[in-house]
Amino acid sequence: MSEGRWVRLIDSTLRDGSHALSHQFRRQDVVRIARGLDEAGVGTIEISHGDGLGGSSFNYGFSREDELELLSAAAQVVRQARLAVLLLPGIGTKEELAAAYERGARVARIATHCTEADIAIQHIGMAKEMGMEAIGFLMMAHMIGPAELLHQARIMQEAGADCVYVTDSAGALTPRGTRERVRALVDGLQVAVGIHAHNNLGLAVANSLAAVEEGASYVDGCLGGLGAGAGNAPLEVVAAVLELEGYRTGVDWLRLIEVSEEAVLPIMARPQIIDGPSLVMGYAGVYSSFLLHTFRAAERFGVDPKQIILELGRRKVVGGEEDKIVEVAAQLARGQRPYPGGGSGGP
Amino acid sequence: MGKVRCAIVGTGNIGTDLMLKLGRSELLELALVVGIDPQSEGLALAKRLGYETTVDGIEGFRARYRELGLEIVFEATSARVHAAHAPVYRELGVTAIDLTPAALGPLVIPYVNIGDVLAEPNLNLGTCGAQATVPIVAAISSVTPVPYAEIVSTIASKSAGPGTRQNIDEFTRTTARALVQVGRAERGKAIIVLNPAEPPILMRNTVYAALDGAADREAIVGAIEETVARVQGYVPGYRLKVAPVFDEEKVTVFLEVEGAGDYLPPYAGNLDIMTAAAVRVGEEVARARLAQAQAKEARGA
Repeated sequence: MSEGRWVRLIDSTLRDGSHALSHQFRRQDVVRIARGLDEAGVGTIEISHGDGLGGSSFNYGFSREDELELLSAAAQVVRQARLAVLLLPGIGTKEELAAAYERGARVARIATHCTEADIAIQHIGMAKEMGMEAIGFLMMAHMIGPAELLHQARIMQEAGADCVYVTDSAGALTPRGTRERVRALVDGLQVAVGIHAHNNLGLAVANSLAAVEEGASYVDGCLGGLGAGAGNAPLEVVAAVLELEGYRTGVDWLRLIEVSEEAVLPIMARPQIIDGPSLVMGYAGVYSSFLLHTFRAAERFGVDPKQIILELGRRKVVGGEEDKIVEVAAQLARGQRPYPGGGSGGP
Repeated sequence: MGKVRCAIVGTGNIGTDLMLKLGRSELLELALVVGIDPQSEGLALAKRLGYETTVDGIEGFRARYRELGLEIVFEATSARVHAAHAPVYRELGVTAIDLTPAALGPLVIPYVNIGDVLAEPNLNLGTCGAQATVPIVAAISSVTPVPYAEIVSTIASKSAGPGTRQNIDEFTRTTARALVQVGRAERGKAIIVLNPAEPPILMRNTVYAALDGAADREAIVGAIEETVARVQGYVPGYRLKVAPVFDEEKVTVFLEVEGAGDYLPPYAGNLDIMTAAAVRVGEEVARARLAQAQAKEARGA
């Protein structure tokens, strides 16, 4: 069935994985991980703040080190891999994309909420003009059906994207939902289709395989599954599973295990597991990056993180709305009483 | 006091909402509505409401401005069109209040800096995010230095027009600059998020201001609440969502903006705050003009 078909693996340890470390990667971590990935044959390595270029902020957390410096550091050690950056229009700007190009980024991943592809047209166009590869990311893809997702993917294709991703930011898709969406894009687009899975429901690898079986040819993963929420599809597992199924990735998955153990496991801030709040995220369809912010707000306001996540899901918040976490926590702590307009300030 | 006569150029959603708001002004008299599309809903409504109209665009404005005694023009077209019109207004001595992103003149925020820019020939309203958040940053700056201010505006997808969508970087750039230049933060950052939920969400803004640990929290809350009350004077649906939240390094302010629902739907607080601020700015310009005229008359007499 696979007939030795090529699947391109893109590593996002140094981007999506950044969420799990609250954006505290150090230069030496980046150098070790990027070098290891490069040696293992991973052809594309994404490096940015977890929320993309320009994400370092109060709202998403400040980076310990300037993402452009980290990009430069990686550029100095990789031999074959291309460096990628993520950009969310509305957070990062074209100036930051140009700066990333200067530091060696050659792949631009431009991400929007799944219904808002048109805000990426300028950035995709600019990436192409600079000679970069452009990949469109339709985030929170579980929130709309296959036909609507295809409509949005076509906007990105038309803007010049070389590939469009079904991005399961909330880790809320099951293999069935993944298949429907990937199939719609594979059938309806001329360009490649990718899958970016989160493991909140324990389905990241299964969804990635399902996507490949439907014709997706780009798959994201992170070493050790490092990533927002319960993490991403672990790259070493994805590589091994794809090889087992007869696909070709050009990646040495045994070497990936070593890199994961040597460079990633020691710096993990917490075990990358499906804890209760992550599971609730997958169930309620909440953006995975909210997890650690939710823990902090829950502690500060003395409320259950799962209740915060459920309320965020009810409000249909989308990626980027991290500010709503503290607001919801504050409201839950107050028992939902509206702000009277007076008083002496915060709790 | 009499009224100062003004025109609206542009009969889309924004121009039409503005028309309904100007109808209630005690200082401004809408004397001409300028469009280019005879089929436009806005022009039809203007006629029904008994306003003078023209479909000849800027030439129609030029032909009639003297006869109608126009002193202020509200531009609700596009950045490109406003750039073409602005020299005409200037030549005719008509003060332009610009609701497009053209940003040819200084950014004006009612109450915050209007006194500094009242005499300028061209005033621009910046972005909805700036109108909603700069007053808060300025309020905090009035109590304590703000080394860094950051805002997140979340708006309903439906309320984001093609202009915003095609150039979303312009929003982040212009708004960040406003936090510094008018809000008096040392550095600024702006983020915009579009949310497609149905029914559409009300415009939301979160303001983060970095603070010195010793800052007077009570005074900050007082300044914020005073400012919210002042903005409510022209945007009644502008309110705090929860009490300002303080931690060691910053204060976080959660705002919601519900529109007046004149022509635009109430969820589009982001558009309403622009038209409401434009009217308020126009009224301040008018007040200054009327006072000037009165003084002149007194001297003459």
